[in-house]
Amino acid sequence: MADAIWATVTQAMMEEFELEPAQMRPEARIKEDLGLDSLDVVDMVIVLESAFDFKIQDKAALKEIVTLSDVADFIAATIEAERGQAANG
Amino acid sequence: MKGERVVISGVGAVSPFGPGAKLLCAQIQNGGCALGPLPGGEGFAGLGAKAAGIVPELEVKSIPRAFRRAMSPMGVFACLAAREALASAGLAEDYPRSMGLSVGGTMGSPQTMTEFFSEYLTAHGFGTLRSATFFKIMGHGAAAGLAQALGLTGRTLAPSAACAAGLQAVGLGYETIASGREEIMLCGGAEEFDVLTALTFDHILAASHNAQPAQASRPFDLGRDGLVCSEGAGIMVLESLSHAQKRGAPILAEIAGFATTTSPANLVHPDTEGLAECMAKALSDSGLRPGDIQAVNAHATATAEGDRAEGRAIEKIFGHKIPVNSFKGQLGHSMAASGALELILSLWMLHHNHFLPNYNLENPDPDCGGLLLPKTAQKYMIKSLIKNSFALGGVNASLVIKKFAC
Repeated sequence: MADAIWATVTQAMMEEFELEPAQMRPEARIKEDLGLDSLDVVDMVIVLESAFDFKIQDKAALKEIVTLSDVADFIAATIEAERGQAANG
Repeated sequence: MKGERVVISGVGAVSPFGPGAKLLCAQIQNGGCALGPLPGGEGFAGLGAKAAGIVPELEVKSIPRAFRRAMSPMGVFACLAAREALASAGLAEDYPRSMGLSVGGTMGSPQTMTEFFSEYLTAHGFGTLRSATFFKIMGHGAAAGLAQALGLTGRTLAPSAACAAGLQAVGLGYETIASGREEIMLCGGAEEFDVLTALTFDHILAASHNAQPAQASRPFDLGRDGLVCSEGAGIMVLESLSHAQKRGAPILAEIAGFATTTSPANLVHPDTEGLAECMAKALSDSGLRPGDIQAVNAHATATAEGDRAEGRAIEKIFGHKIPVNSFKGQLGHSMAASGALELILSLWMLHHNHFLPNYNLENPDPDCGGLLLPKTAQKYMIKSLIKNSFALGGVNASLVIKKFAC
C-alpha cells in the first residue's frame, strides 16, 4: 500500500505544482526544496483530498509535515485511522 | 498639463489576433478581422450574440507558476503584454523595480467568478477551489498580479471604469508622472471574455446578433445591430521625458493632454454634451486647439446611441473635415482593454502617417454628425491625435497624443 500511496502523492504533487519526477525524493522538503508556500500547502491538502477521496480532519497535524515522505506517512496514517473507525463503527 | 512632459516609450499587446503589438498593427493594416464564433454559448437559450473576439491559446509557462496561479486569463494577457512593452522600450530584464503601474479592468476575472459561484452556491463552501481563486476575483487582480510578477515597488493603480478603464489608466499614469510622483510606469487595461459579459450586453439590448463574425461589428454603419465582445490587453511604458532621454529610450509619442469626466444623465446612454466636454478638456489640458488635431480615434462600439452621441460630440468640437475611425469593427469591444489596444493602433498611425480605415462601414449613419469616416487606408500626415473611450456608468476619457519634438 505504501508504494501506491507514494505514487499517488507524487503524481498529484507533480501535476498541481508543475514539479519534475527527479524532485520527488522522500527527503525533499516541501517548502525549502520544492518551493511551496503557505497558499500551496492549502492547495496540497485540496489535491490530496481529491486524490484519496477523503477529508483531512486533523489539519493541525499538517503543520508537522516537512518532507514528501512525511506527506505519504500522514496519508497512510489517515487511511489507517479511517479503516479503524469503519471497523469499530 | 503643467509639470513633467510624459512620453510613451514601449507598447505590448495581446489581442484576438494573438500576442504582439506588431501582429495587431500588421493585421489591422492588412484588413484583418479578429472576430469569430462566440464560444461557450450552448445552454444559454436567451443568448442572441453569436460572435466574439477570443485570444488564441498562449504559451504561458514563461510566467513562473508561483505568479501564474493567481492570474486569470486577463492577468496573463496583462503580464505578457507588459513584458513586450518593457522589451520594446529597451528594458527587457533591466527595468527599474521602483516603477509603478496603472492597469484597469472592468472587474475581476468573470471566468473565475463563474467558477467560484458555481462551487460556492452548490457546495456552500470553497470545495475544491484553489487558494488563489480570490486573487483572480479582486478588482485589482490583474494589476496586482502584474506588479508581483515583475517585482515592482511603485504604486499600483487599478481603475475600474469598464470600457473607459484602459484609457483612464493611461491617463492616470500620465498625470502621476507629470506631477512628479513616478518617473516611469506600465499603463493600460486588460479584459477576458466570458459568456456572462455577452449575456449582460445582450440583456440590455446592446449586443450584435449578427451570425457572420467578420461582419458583426459595424461602427457608424446603418446596418449595425450592436457591439461584439472581445478580450485582450494593451500595456505601454510611460515615462518622464527626462527619464527617457537620460537612458536613450525610443520615444513613440508624447502624451499632450488627458481628461476624464462623468455624464450623470444616464447610466447607459452617453450624452453628446458630456462627451464633447471631455474632449474639450483634454484639448485644453494639451494646450492644443481643435485645428491642431489631425485625427480622431473614436470609442464607437457599434451601438446606435453611442455612435451617434460620440459622432455629434466630435462634430461639435472638430467639425466635419477631420478623419475619424473606430477599430471595433476589426477587434470587437474588449472593454477595459479596448482603450489601450486602440491607443497602440493610434500610435502606429501617428508614427507612420497612415490613417487606418473603418471596417464594415458600407452605409455611414447620417445621424452620426456627418463625420469624415474613411473606408480605405491612406497616407496622411498626423501630428496630433485624440483618442476617446466611454463607459457604462457615464465615465468618459479622452487622451491627446502628439509626435515628439524636443
